[in-house]
Amino acid sequence: MWVVYTLNGLYFGALLFLISLGLNIILGVMGILNLAHGSLYAIGAFMAAWTIIAVGMKAPAFLIYLCLLSGFVLAGIVGWLMEKSLIRAMYNRTLEYQLLLTFGALLLLEDVIKMIWGGQAYYASAPFDLLGKINILGNVYPNYFLFVMAIAIVAGLLIWIFMAKTRLGIMLRAVSLDREMATGLGLNIGGLSTFAFVLGSALAGLAGALVIPTTPALLGIGMEPLILAFIVVVVGGLGSLKGALVGALLVGLTRSFGIAIFPEIELPLLFLIAGIILVAKPQGLFGR
Amino acid sequence: MHVKEMLKKPRWVVYLLIFIALLFIPRLLSLHNLMLFEYGLTFAIVGLGFNLLLGYTGLLSFGHGAYFAVGAYAVAMIGRYFPSSYAMEILLPAALFFSLLLSILFGFLCVRHTKIFFSILALALSMLLYALIFKLYYLTGGSDGLRVPIPSLFGISNAGVRRPAFLSGTYYYFLLFIFALSFLLMKGIVSSPFGKALQAIRDNEVRAELIGIRVRRYRLYAFSISGLYVGLGGALWSFVNGHVTADLSHWLFSGEIVYMTLLGGFGILEGPVIGAIIFTYLKLYAMSNTEYWMFVIGATLIALVLLLPNGVAGAVANLWAKIKKGKAAGGTSC
Repeated sequence: MWVVYTLNGLYFGALLFLISLGLNIILGVMGILNLAHGSLYAIGAFMAAWTIIAVGMKAPAFLIYLCLLSGFVLAGIVGWLMEKSLIRAMYNRTLEYQLLLTFGALLLLEDVIKMIWGGQAYYASAPFDLLGKINILGNVYPNYFLFVMAIAIVAGLLIWIFMAKTRLGIMLRAVSLDREMATGLGLNIGGLSTFAFVLGSALAGLAGALVIPTTPALLGIGMEPLILAFIVVVVGGLGSLKGALVGALLVGLTRSFGIAIFPEIELPLLFLIAGIILVAKPQGLFGR
Repeated sequence: MHVKEMLKKPRWVVYLLIFIALLFIPRLLSLHNLMLFEYGLTFAIVGLGFNLLLGYTGLLSFGHGAYFAVGAYAVAMIGRYFPSSYAMEILLPAALFFSLLLSILFGFLCVRHTKIFFSILALALSMLLYALIFKLYYLTGGSDGLRVPIPSLFGISNAGVRRPAFLSGTYYYFLLFIFALSFLLMKGIVSSPFGKALQAIRDNEVRAELIGIRVRRYRLYAFSISGLYVGLGGALWSFVNGHVTADLSHWLFSGEIVYMTLLGGFGILEGPVIGAIIFTYLKLYAMSNTEYWMFVIGATLIALVLLLPNGVAGAVANLWAKIKKGKAAGGTSC
């Protein structure tokens, strides 16, 4: 059974990695913790579920998988609107106001989701069913979970190459390392911040879309992943992309094995491990 | 300071007048509104404590719902497991003890950090408590929560008394008395050398450390005191509500505590008191008029952050300063 637990942990870690990667990009470049990040995840989930249902079961397979991207796109658009209208006014404000503003945005977005999609659950398991199952070392395992892991790996690699090699990525890193110096060098801080926020939001939306074939889209769906992403960020270190990867795998695997072995105290176990890491390394594993 | 000297200051006269006016509230308000006001008063105690951390020490916790929940659950669990000792004079000290214990424990971990890290850590720890309350349902009632019966008050048994009668009678005066005591105590704390040290840490951590303030220890003191106040508020709240659930420890509830403190104005002693009472009415008004009450709360929060960053009390203080200045300059304004 440990093969399945490990794979489940990796699958869960892959989803968490996408969410906390987005959270960390925004945190690193803008210095803002987006409490509404879970709502963007929820928007991605609802949008993907809605488009998959709208397209229907008879549509060609590639179209159904394309629908998952709708969550990515819509969350990006909402992120862009949020940045342009609200976050922009917060650049020079203190931390308290920045956090409270995103908290206000969270409450607002939760009800906007309710207004648009109503209170019912959306079931869209077509992408999960279509991929079938595979036999791994004598255990039957759904292919879809492997598909999600592949997407997370591809997304992670793309972002790594983007941050390491491209001009835009290097500029983003410069802003996150030393905002004042980057301004002094004439970088367009406003534009870069908008880009980072949109990218981070879209990643949250992608994670939400990817989860939809396995669980129905419900109100408040983004709350639990958000808390777990916070733990990932705390354990991995604020604003660190490497930290997001290691933290997400750690949390994902702990959770998977925790549910299997100690179902009652699965979350406390997670906190215990996070607590030990924090006592040993107060800034997180890869924090500065 | 002697009482006579105190009465010469307009601030203390206003406090006294407000206190006297509050004594007559049960005669003025309907039962429904009185209950709302009692909710507001319990949150005012919460806000007083929270403000010590946010307004005076400069630490924003998104996890103070945990101490509220501990205060409320201490009451409810004594009611369930030790019904024979279900008396106010046992319940409140127990609630204070457990909320202090938890806030020292969590505070110890949190105050090693500041800013965003502090906020996330406090939030995560409160969610740990939420998960525990939720999972250990055979102890805590899980998502159904626990019932909070009416306690006996100083040896006077309240058996057979209905909740409305209890709330509109002795309990209101008891609550008001505790509130007044908490308020005066907090006023003493923030104007004591200890309070000034906290403000020095808020304004400049490095400088505070250089003049010999033990920054981390003082932060822990502020954290524990605020946890104590929030726990007291939680315990008093549970009697008004009659029922406690795990949601009290959820971070969304902690967010509401932050919201009321901002609404009133943090860094101003009276701010959160005003904020708590306005918030209670605002939330009920929004909830009874639209199913999208979170939208209303969220939109007002955003508007507050953008337009009224010092809260209601800050806006009033600004206005007052302007009027005074106008009078001093020409005496023709206002």
